[in-house]
Amino acid sequence: MKKNIWGVIGFYAASIVVLIYALFPFYYAIISSLKNGSALFSTSLWPAHPSLANYIAIFKEQSFGANLTNSIFVAGGVVAFSLGLSMLAAYALGRVSFRGRGTLMLCILAVSMFPQVALLSGLFELIRTLGLYDSLWALMLADLIFTLPFTVWVLVTFMRDLPKEIEEAAVMDGVGIFTLIFRIFLPLLWPALVATGLLAFIAAWNEFLFALTFTLSNDERTVPVAIALISGGSSFELPWGLLMAASVIVTVPLIALVLIFQRHIVSGLTAGAVKG
Amino acid sequence: MDDSLIARARRRQAYWLVLPVVVVLAAIAGWPLLRTIWFSLTNAQLSDMGNSQFVGLTNYIGEAGVLRDGEWWHSVSNTLIFAVISVILETLLGLGVALLLNTPSRIQALLRAAVLVPWAIPTVVSAKMWSWMLNDQFGVINALLQNLHIISTPLAFTADPHLSFPTIIMVDVWKTTPFMALLILAALQLVPEDCYEAAHMDGVPRWRIFRYITLPLIMPGILVAMIFRTLDALRVFDLIYVMTSNSHVTKSMSVYVREQLIDFQQVGYGSASATLLFLIIAISTLIYMAGTRSRMEAN
Repeated sequence: MKKNIWGVIGFYAASIVVLIYALFPFYYAIISSLKNGSALFSTSLWPAHPSLANYIAIFKEQSFGANLTNSIFVAGGVVAFSLGLSMLAAYALGRVSFRGRGTLMLCILAVSMFPQVALLSGLFELIRTLGLYDSLWALMLADLIFTLPFTVWVLVTFMRDLPKEIEEAAVMDGVGIFTLIFRIFLPLLWPALVATGLLAFIAAWNEFLFALTFTLSNDERTVPVAIALISGGSSFELPWGLLMAASVIVTVPLIALVLIFQRHIVSGLTAGAVKG
Repeated sequence: MDDSLIARARRRQAYWLVLPVVVVLAAIAGWPLLRTIWFSLTNAQLSDMGNSQFVGLTNYIGEAGVLRDGEWWHSVSNTLIFAVISVILETLLGLGVALLLNTPSRIQALLRAAVLVPWAIPTVVSAKMWSWMLNDQFGVINALLQNLHIISTPLAFTADPHLSFPTIIMVDVWKTTPFMALLILAALQLVPEDCYEAAHMDGVPRWRIFRYITLPLIMPGILVAMIFRTLDALRVFDLIYVMTSNSHVTKSMSVYVREQLIDFQQVGYGSASATLLFLIIAISTLIYMAGTRSRMEAN
């Protein structure tokens, strides 16, 4: 393609604007988290005396360590459970034609569009009846509402594209259904599993409404709720340094994962949205 | 497929494989939804949900029903305005960013990685980050605007009733434009190269190529992305709850419902508003499905 000089300048100018727009808020959060005392209230873009005091404080003064463990436990459990169940369902929905398959797919898609708030009172009752109020299991159960439809839907898309010959050969060899799904298909699907697993993990990690409503004590909170409810010494002064340190800790692993698995994530997102 | 014994056995097997997902979803989504609808017809309180009486449609159309509450209608209009404006802005910006990402250049990889960052940041965190940057006393944005002599006194972005709503929309646009950009980029990459080559040979100007070739080809992709975002925006909760929790000005439907259910403990009344919210989103979804189906049949 022929390019004129103004086109190139325009392109780079626009790119720089996008880079600053996308990256500056997170950069500023990191800078703020390294500032202390009155330095926090200067708007300099570089900490004069960077210190990790805020990072140490959130673990010592708040129950942030427990909150992190909770988030990892809930999000990890939700991903494992969603992927396991949806592998089975995705095989059936993607590769076997049976009556009611289309309707079932539509119902599963419809669940993913439920407004979470509309389930709140019913779910609250269910969780109380099961004796799970203020426990992490309640969150795991609740988060499946949005992760499970998503993982089923995306895995069906990928499952459908696998070549037919593999299955036929396996059936010829008299392989059982679980061997077929977990020993033969699963290795072929790992890019899809990584993408859907990661997207489900992020969704569960970020979940706020259920976590806010179904847990009560400090030690059962997940990190988004902990961050939303962090309080300072007085009600007038929000501890912005602590808040930014917590925010950075919660976000860095996600950004790292997203950047490492970039390609898979984009394909997972488009499979979940565009093809759906 | 022939209806042999094997095929029939396979179908039976398929039912068993789908069953766990169906059972789990029915238990945690279907049943709670039915219970919510049932509660909306009772006077249940959060502290004592078992002990409630059937009150019919009182929660909806009674003297103090949801449909007669100005606060509810205010949250409905807030949510609709939020959804329309933010989705339009996100689509336009997302299209621009997608075109940048689709241009081969030395910084293409860097751009693509950078754009993913706002998307990877949890909503609660981005709400707090922006609250800090927009802080009326110590915020970097106010300092910047003052240094540039655009404003003379600091603005209270999240507290000023005129500013809080646009601020919420702005933060949502920041957070969600990458999602739009990625989906539109995926559509852009499916446009066959030879379409462009033929047009170039004929010396068609670039914007005309975009207007008459690219745009019509990526339109279906853009529409699907817009619909997904709209359904998401209608449910907005985190951002508004964290940035302007108690403000009447920015209250969305989800914030209203949770306030009634949990803060005021009015399970019956809250469930009635939750049911209305569900209906609004269900109707939007049905319109969307009908739309995509008729478009698929047209093709």
